[in-house]
Amino acid sequence: MTSAAPAGLRVRHVRALAGRHHVAWWFVGPALLVIAVFFVLPVVAALAMSLTDFDIYALADLSNLRIVGLRNYVELLQRPLFWKALGNTLYFVGAGVPLSLGASLGAALLLNSRLARFQPFFRTALFAPVVTTVVAVAVIWRYLLGTRYGVVNYALGAIGVPAVDWLGDPRFAMPAIILFAVWKNFGYNMIILLAGLQNIPNELYEAARIDGASAFARFRFVTLPMLAPILTIVAILTVAGYFQLFAEPYVMTQGGPLQSTVSVLYFMYEEGFKWWNLGNASAVAFLLFLLIFAVTLLQTRQLRRGGFAR
Amino acid sequence: MSAAEPPQSANSAPSGGSEAAKPRARGDHTSTPLPAQRGAAHRRWAWHVIPRPAAIAVNGLLGAAAAIALFPLLWMLAVSFMSPGEASAYPPPLVPAHPTFANYRELFAHAGIGRYLANSVLLAVAATALSLVFNVMAGYAFAKLDFRGRERLFKLMLGALVIPGQVAMVPLFLLLKQLGLVNTYGGVIVPALASIFGIFLVRQYALSIPDDLLEAARIDGASEWRIFGAIVVPLLSPIIVTLAVFTLLGTWNDFMWPLIVLSDQHLYTLPVALASLSREHVQDNELMMAGSVLTTLPVLVVFLVLQRYYIQGLMMGGVKG
Amino acid sequence: MTRIARWYRIAVFMLAGASLAISGCSEHASDVTVVRFWAMGREGEVVTALLPEFERTHPGIRVAVQQLPWTAAHEKLLTSFAGDATPDIAQLGNTWIAEFVALGALQPLDASIGASSVDPHDFFAGIWDTNVVATHTYGVPWYVDTRLLFYRRDVLEAAGIGSVPGSWSEWTRTLAAVKAHAEPGRYAILLPMNEVEPLLALALQQHDPLLRDGGRYGNFESAGFRRALDFYVDMFRRGYAPPVTAAQLSNVWNEFGRGTFAFYISGPWNIGEFERRLPPAAQSAWATAPLPGPDGPGASIAGGSSLVVFRASKAKDAAWQLVEYLARPDVELRFRELTGDLPPRRSAWSDPGLAADVHARAFRDQLERVKPAPKVPEWERIADEMRLVAERAARGEWTVDEAVRELDARADRILEKRRWLLARGARD
Repeated sequence: MTSAAPAGLRVRHVRALAGRHHVAWWFVGPALLVIAVFFVLPVVAALAMSLTDFDIYALADLSNLRIVGLRNYVELLQRPLFWKALGNTLYFVGAGVPLSLGASLGAALLLNSRLARFQPFFRTALFAPVVTTVVAVAVIWRYLLGTRYGVVNYALGAIGVPAVDWLGDPRFAMPAIILFAVWKNFGYNMIILLAGLQNIPNELYEAARIDGASAFARFRFVTLPMLAPILTIVAILTVAGYFQLFAEPYVMTQGGPLQSTVSVLYFMYEEGFKWWNLGNASAVAFLLFLLIFAVTLLQTRQLRRGGFAR
Repeated sequence: MSAAEPPQSANSAPSGGSEAAKPRARGDHTSTPLPAQRGAAHRRWAWHVIPRPAAIAVNGLLGAAAAIALFPLLWMLAVSFMSPGEASAYPPPLVPAHPTFANYRELFAHAGIGRYLANSVLLAVAATALSLVFNVMAGYAFAKLDFRGRERLFKLMLGALVIPGQVAMVPLFLLLKQLGLVNTYGGVIVPALASIFGIFLVRQYALSIPDDLLEAARIDGASEWRIFGAIVVPLLSPIIVTLAVFTLLGTWNDFMWPLIVLSDQHLYTLPVALASLSREHVQDNELMMAGSVLTTLPVLVVFLVLQRYYIQGLMMGGVKG
Repeated sequence: MTRIARWYRIAVFMLAGASLAISGCSEHASDVTVVRFWAMGREGEVVTALLPEFERTHPGIRVAVQQLPWTAAHEKLLTSFAGDATPDIAQLGNTWIAEFVALGALQPLDASIGASSVDPHDFFAGIWDTNVVATHTYGVPWYVDTRLLFYRRDVLEAAGIGSVPGSWSEWTRTLAAVKAHAEPGRYAILLPMNEVEPLLALALQQHDPLLRDGGRYGNFESAGFRRALDFYVDMFRRGYAPPVTAAQLSNVWNEFGRGTFAFYISGPWNIGEFERRLPPAAQSAWATAPLPGPDGPGASIAGGSSLVVFRASKAKDAAWQLVEYLARPDVELRFRELTGDLPPRRSAWSDPGLAADVHARAFRDQLERVKPAPKVPEWERIADEMRLVAERAARGEWTVDEAVRELDARADRILEKRRWLLARGARD
């Protein structure tokens, strides 16, 4: 690990030589302008909007707008559908993230193994689902999961399991979406974890092997601790990403059956762009943001306390 | 933006970035982009050994995983060549009995998918090209050009990555309405012109440019623009390609924003058109599969051709970030 | 300086290209007016066949049709209004007219109607009425839609029922007989859970209105609606109807042809669809009949779509000419041939072809007993809640009491803004 000191000296050296670069503002200006106008400004506006009851009436005539303060938030917290959406999303995150990380880690370990052949082919094959368009693949999976003519049920039938109404039964719709999401993006984290695995010096493994450690012990005492920083970041980012579940319910189930696949974002989309209750929609979006922020903070603190170096 | 999408907008969750940039990344000029394949030597040695049960197990599992990963895509391809109604049979067919291009012909002739394909290509290429200009300039500046508040601004931007993009969607739509950009190509491209993730990626890579090189050029009297064009851009070319692939894939696959911004059908991109078609033609499996193939194939091809850069970039972000 | 110049040239070129792309999507025809027409579902697919004749007789006008799926049409229309990107003319479900009028999105058509060949009295009264909001007319009916029974005569006969039911009690008896006679996996009636229309029709048959106090509060806890919901839920309780959505049946038409269910409450477009998709041998086995009511023949939904012109349109005259053309009886009849949709004008019904259509007769009968849904802008939203609550009740998660109470609570919440606006003295 290079220390920060030489770098700091070099920076000061440059600064002393050339002075501050005012032209730098021309370099960052365009990008910052775009980000400020098309991201920061709308976010601030969303906060303001969430304090009003902006809806389709207000869209027609602004005098129909009322400032309602925190009423949107209070009403949201009293709406059963919001809690259902929250529960669905937490279910998705709680089940999906461990499954996804497990699959990614497993695949990375397999790829990294000395025994693996055709590594480039397998790596590409396992990564391919990540690259595809969610809409296109959701359409495919909708047919694969069909009750009567779907391949999945056919395969299950071949091993004696009765046909499951994946997308029509409220108990199985969310598991179906979880499996689909895991299939689609386990390859992404797999690549990152693979990079992390390849960064672990072989000497550590050799030393452990000489000490007589079994494969499992090597995994537990060499691989996991060395992988911990990357695993942490990957976990945090996957959780944050999974909270933003939208496209899969939109294409596969339209939030059904019985609203068992309505996620928080899907709920926001319906409030905002189906019914044009923009005040409500903005409030939902901010609640989601606060939730992600809180969870991320919690995770960071928890994992930092757990001794993982960051 | 789905949980499964690679990042494509200002706020997306990147693969390897985080609020706290690691200290070693900042001054680290020596780490190479791609970690050496340390296991390679051992792997080569293993080829000559008689395969043990463990080897069979590992490769078998990999094969099974690859099969699961690839099966839906291959089935999609197969069904797209089946005749209408053939796929709704029990047991479900895996191979078309009489392969036909009828579904593709139907899509191009009646569903007008050629137009959507053209839209997707145009928007993806334009957004990629333009955003590269913005992001590379900004990323380089954050790495190598000192200006007041640089570090604080960068930290602020990284913090903004936590905000999900959907928070901004509703007011952004209304803003674009005021600007007259709703229902135009511009409405899709303009918000994507700069991305915090892109800037981050470029900056991390640009940190590895030796300061001496830049200093020497400055001493020689070259302006910052000249240095940028003549020295920096060529040095940054690997990350430029990586970012281009990221942005291209992200914009092509983007679904939620074009769905909201584009009203007129002739402006639809492929994912939006496919979603619309799929709600209309719930019963026509084969047609939908052909549509899915057309939506997925271009990005798969781009990925296969440029996967080295894409995966390299991911790995870099993961290790250095 | 050459490399920088090259760099900037590239950047400028790309930006120029981008701005061309941004602005270049609108069509600038010099002397031809383009009328943007949004239509849904099957009508959208098929209306293009009627247009060459229109364009021939109206040179200088070209029509660009965009087809929307019904499941996304309402939100697409609202989004286009919010984004100032409305089309010139659109097909609008007549239950949505009140909503778009409240937004100020629609052009009042009284003047155009008065000066044209469109005669309001030629249309079915109940249907024309759905287009009138506060004494102004905002749309011209394009086709009528109502819901009634499509049934398998042969399945009924096999179960020992000689005639189609005419009242609720007869209906229940028929359903029980069919179910008792059916193989496992087959049902008596299909009530897809993604459709609110069957329940709405049953609710409209009652004497109690769906909303009270001038559309300020929900009236779902009334005896009438309770009765309707109980009747509806009972069909699931007793296993007469499968708890599915239409999307879960891989193909509704095939299943009807296979006899998986004997009754299907649907609309006129399915006359054409069944004729087209079922094998010739099965064509004599199915028929249509008016909806049974609590005490005899019952009411049904005054549905259908109208043609509306948007206030923001820059081609209002051309759009109106298209409306006038599509409202002509002969064009309506040709439209009917393509879609199976029923014309809203009585004069069109006297056409021998239509009079001879066996399946359409039940509709002619039913159209005399149609009632509109409440004409409040929030109706679409309340109907959606009705569908969701009914699904829960049908699946047995809520009792009828719990369901109606919940529905009233939801409707009251949705109508809150309307109450505020009305109290403030805004126009209805």
